[in-house]
Amino acid sequence: MGLEAYLKDNGFFTTKIDAIIAWARKSSVWPMPMGISCCAIEMMAVGDPKYDIARFGSEVMRFTPRQCDLMIVAGTVTYKMAPVVRKIYDQMPDPKWVIAMGACTSSGGMYRSYSVVQGIDQFLPVDVYLAGCPPRPDNLLFALMKIQDKIGKTKASQFQNLPSGKDEIKLPDLNVIQNN
Amino acid sequence: MNLKTLIPQKLKEKFPSVDFEVLDYRDELTIKFDKKSIVEVCNFLKSESDLDFNWCSDITAVDWATRKNRFTVVYNIFSMKHNFRLRLKADVDETDCKIDSVTSVWGAANWQERETYDMYGIKFNNHPDLRRMYMPEEFEYYPLRKDFPLMGIPGSLPLPKK
Repeated sequence: MGLEAYLKDNGFFTTKIDAIIAWARKSSVWPMPMGISCCAIEMMAVGDPKYDIARFGSEVMRFTPRQCDLMIVAGTVTYKMAPVVRKIYDQMPDPKWVIAMGACTSSGGMYRSYSVVQGIDQFLPVDVYLAGCPPRPDNLLFALMKIQDKIGKTKASQFQNLPSGKDEIKLPDLNVIQNN
Repeated sequence: MNLKTLIPQKLKEKFPSVDFEVLDYRDELTIKFDKKSIVEVCNFLKSESDLDFNWCSDITAVDWATRKNRFTVVYNIFSMKHNFRLRLKADVDETDCKIDSVTSVWGAANWQERETYDMYGIKFNNHPDLRRMYMPEEFEYYPLRKDFPLMGIPGSLPLPKK
């Protein structure tokens, strides 16, 4: 389905700004691979030719949060790791989305223990929870498609650079190493 | 001579005043003695050329909860020369929750003693760097003690705000 199929006669078409911005955004969701433990292996498999996340325009895994739209939290988040995950999330530019990949990330999973955060939604806003231990790569693609659906349904005016209800952007503190 | 008989015999010759409790169970030799002589016994086991226990493979502890001596510190050491493993044990009571560090004997004991301190709260005298290993430095509890609840103490570990 190339756009050129629609352009063969007159060379222009009409659409809504909302539609074209949402289409552009959802077709190039750049993920931040927050691979913390074994789910990250499946996340890597998503990039290989068999599953090929490039079909969805998300093959650009950026290892700096400043160029990302989507954080895939793949793995067990401990209380010691939680501030780091939050700090990386804070450094991503708006608008941004989060996938909680796997049982540990969504609910603590089999680690019902004092050291593991029982679900990252205790300190992060999560858009899609993904079941499985670990989820299969197809399942992660499904979560990505859910995110794309969500972006597709959002109006351009709702993509704000400011979090709603706040007047000014407070830049995150960049002093990463604090207590050592 | 078999190391299993040689080790207790040598120890008793070298330290006549120390009471060694020797246990041979499932082909594993365990020697239990008072915590006061831990460093000199370890030094002897390492430096004596017939024994040559040159690798401290693990240090951990046991919490017996209700016993008079609440903790037992366990040292698993190994002699590469003889391919022989030995376990040392020393009781530590809760009221005097301290034992001498063996970092002067084996450098590897540094992190293992830190881990034992982190999980059980047993302090190691003369340790060069006795910080916590896994838990945050300001954490007030010791997670592997029997009286620590499985899910932890609510609010004791801070989370970032949502």
